Amino acid sequence: MVPDIWYLALGAVLFSIGVLGVIVRRNPLVIFMSIELMLNAVNLSFVAFGHRLGSPDGQALVFFVMAVAAAEVAVGLAIIVAIFRLRHRLSVDDLSVMRW
Amino acid sequence: MNAVVFLLLALVAVASALGLVLKRNAIHGALFLVVNLGTVAALYLTLRAEFLAAAQVIIYAGAIMVLFVFAIMVLIPGKEESGPDPRRPYRLLAIPVGAALLVELALILGWRGGRAAAPVAPAPGGVEAIGRLLFTDYLFPFELTSVLLLAAMVGVLVLARRRAT
Repeated sequence: MVPDIWYLALGAVLFSIGVLGVIVRRNPLVIFMSIELMLNAVNLSFVAFGHRLGSPDGQALVFFVMAVAAAEVAVGLAIIVAIFRLRHRLSVDDLSVMRW
Repeated sequence: MNAVVFLLLALVAVASALGLVLKRNAIHGALFLVVNLGTVAALYLTLRAEFLAAAQVIIYAGAIMVLFVFAIMVLIPGKEESGPDPRRPYRLLAIPVGAALLVELALILGWRGGRAAAPVAPAPGGVEAIGRLLFTDYLFPFELTSVLLLAAMVGVLVLARRRAT
């Protein structure tokens, strides 16, 4: 039996890699994918905790996280496409439209 | 045996996550992310969360990643991150920042997580328990999810529409 702490450690590593991707990359699409990576790491921790506590609540929460992630990806990609249509470039350094 | 399976899956997961972050080409990154999501689904299976493993493959690896690949292909990949990076010194700060975050998480896990919790009750039967929970305790959030998805759908249609000028 694998101890649950291993799953939590894996979740921590994946989350850190996701943070690294969000900071380092310039392509907003890749940044988005890194955010998905972080969400997945957290989901893994949720399931590991639920497994440890013997309760299905963790899995129910992960289900909701998935639904919210789906909505977030749809809206985020639409925003990126709209900005690309406006600017014809795709780099987060150029995206100061919403800054004042 | 279990440990070997876990270590293999963890290795693939970390390697594919690094591939996503380090590869320049966005399409390669997307494919690495699919591999990562698949291994996480397999990890769910080892935690006896069969429903979530299926949902992970269908929702994430299926729906969301198809959306990503479409967006990448629409938005002309492969050109946007070429050329010198004007803010390279700042970006390199990400490495110490990420390392600090990882150390913090490790400290938290070592401090709190290492302690054994109360003896684990056997997880009440998989899919059935989750379904029962979703339609009783979590019924209201569950219904709200449908409203959220509808709102997202309408919002995307509005954003993606071409202006009729």
